[in-house]
Amino acid sequence: MITTTGLTKVYRARGREITALDGVDLHVREGEVYGVIGRSGAGKSSLIRCVNLLERPTAGTVTVAGQDLTALAGRGRRASRELRAARSRTGMVFQHFHLLSSRTVQDNVELPLEILGHSRGKRARKARELLELVGLGERATAYPAQLSGGQKQRVGIARALAGDPKVLLSDEATSALDPKTTRSILRLLRELNRELGLTVLLITHEMDVVKAVCDSAALMENGRIVESGTVPQLLGTPDSRLARALFPVSGDPLGGEGTVVDVTFHGEAAARPVISRLSRTYNIDISILGAAMDTVGGRQVGRMRLELPGHYEENVVPIGFLREQGLGVQVQGRPARLAEEGAE
Amino acid sequence: MTWSEMQPLLSQACWDTLYMVGWSTLIAVLGGLPLGILLVLTDRGGLVHNAAVNKVIGQIVNIARSLPFIILMVALMGFTRWITGTTIGREAAIVPLATGAIPFYARLVETSVREVDGGLVEAVQAMGGSTWKVVRSVLVPESLPSLISGATTTVVALIGYSAMAGTVGAGGLGDIAVRYGYQRFETGLMWITVSILAVVISLIQFAGDLAARRLHRRGGHPGPAPRPRPLRTAAPGAGPTDAR
Ligand SMILES: Nc1ncnc2c1ncn2[C@@H]1O[C@H](COP(=O)(O)OP(=O)(O)O)[C@@H](O)[C@H]1O
Ligand SMILES: [Mg+2]
Repeated sequence: MITTTGLTKVYRARGREITALDGVDLHVREGEVYGVIGRSGAGKSSLIRCVNLLERPTAGTVTVAGQDLTALAGRGRRASRELRAARSRTGMVFQHFHLLSSRTVQDNVELPLEILGHSRGKRARKARELLELVGLGERATAYPAQLSGGQKQRVGIARALAGDPKVLLSDEATSALDPKTTRSILRLLRELNRELGLTVLLITHEMDVVKAVCDSAALMENGRIVESGTVPQLLGTPDSRLARALFPVSGDPLGGEGTVVDVTFHGEAAARPVISRLSRTYNIDISILGAAMDTVGGRQVGRMRLELPGHYEENVVPIGFLREQGLGVQVQGRPARLAEEGAE
Repeated sequence: MTWSEMQPLLSQACWDTLYMVGWSTLIAVLGGLPLGILLVLTDRGGLVHNAAVNKVIGQIVNIARSLPFIILMVALMGFTRWITGTTIGREAAIVPLATGAIPFYARLVETSVREVDGGLVEAVQAMGGSTWKVVRSVLVPESLPSLISGATTTVVALIGYSAMAGTVGAGGLGDIAVRYGYQRFETGLMWITVSILAVVISLIQFAGDLAARRLHRRGGHPGPAPRPRPLRTAAPGAGPTDAR
């Protein structure tokens, strides 16, 4: 749904050059919630702003819904008519909401419809509908300043949906909100994603956001994507920093000869009694050093740190068994092996 | 001088002042608003960045602003005659008054519009809005309280200028003060004139402030406007961590 290739953005400010994006290849599939996470200054905002060409990429291409936006961009800073039409088919929500204080809530939601040239009656009907959808039907005549942060963001989301977009871009939409409000906004985004088939590209610096709603995620550092994949894929990837941050396992080794293995299981594998079968099949004693279950992106995921007796070389077969069962396996102190386990 | 002698003089003078100031304010707003907006739009980082246009408009505005009004009035005589057919009287005074007030108001508009949160502009662009849509639905409405304050300041300044215009035969309260107060030592009349001016200016200031405040509060701002992100520069390094 969204594809960028070799996306590069260099800012020139007072003779200095800042490379905010350094060849980003991003692929967001239709209907998924894709999270890009990274620290402040990593280039996340630059990336999302390049996706609807609010920022003109220095190099590379952006394709949204099969349309090459970089080709539509007019000369200079002015956006061509075609680019503006494409933008009106993409919704965007912002960290600081960016609602017009001079307009009521309903008039804010009507704004994109004015741009699309809809009649007054049609605008009002659609705006009311959207406000109901985000749970703010009652506040249509209020001014933004009379709303709480969470309500403002709901208005922001209703406004972003006014043009019936296929794609929603969210730049730190929950970063100015408290944890409880954050959860309710994320739940709303998830619902919209499911019910409207909306593709969501969201940017965040909070791992909890990725954990709560994302189907896929990418880690950004210094203008590059250093890791990316679907969440199950990532969790199944040994040494994945995203996986470790999403779902840390702990547990100190017992000391001595044992081999410490981190096992990640999700979906059906979580239900099967893999560990006891391993123990029975190979007749070994398995110590569980640490374990946790959690819900990531709406799926059950478990992580477990095991210790098998003996050196790695003696445990190659049992570890192979675990991999065959569809588990993500990472052996401590061994170079990572790229796991194909989680891949579709 | 008795009140019955003063009364017709004063009411005529009030009317003349109102007439001159009213028309020149109208023209100043109609001319200054687009000029001020253009100054912001064509500036570096503006929506239609154009260094040449920005420079030219900026220079004209600066020069016109720095000229003393009395000199502007004399310098514009030819222009005034060309437009109104004369160089004396209320109509003729409107030409230099408006010409002086357009750049004055344009600068005030520029300052007001610059205060508008650049994020709002971006939001409208992200919806596919054109530059014209940004001007109409963001820049003007969002800075309206400030634009009204600026217009009030302009009216008050114009009342001051109109007094000078009065000395070249345009009539008005300033004219009365000079002709009767200064030249004929009619101190009573002069003090009445001064009082009227003071009251009129206070009333205008009060009405302007009230309107601006009402609009500001309708936007729901409880106190002073929130710290805006300047329109011209996308704040570098404005990351999520500096949000709180
Ligand atoms: N308009 C700009 N002009 C100059 N530098 C910028 C601009 N916008 C962003 N940058 C720089 O680009 C880098 C990436 O910024 P940004 O994309 O905002 O990162 P993030 O959203 O991950 O915090 C930062 O070093 C920032 O200072
Ligand atoms: Mg950012």
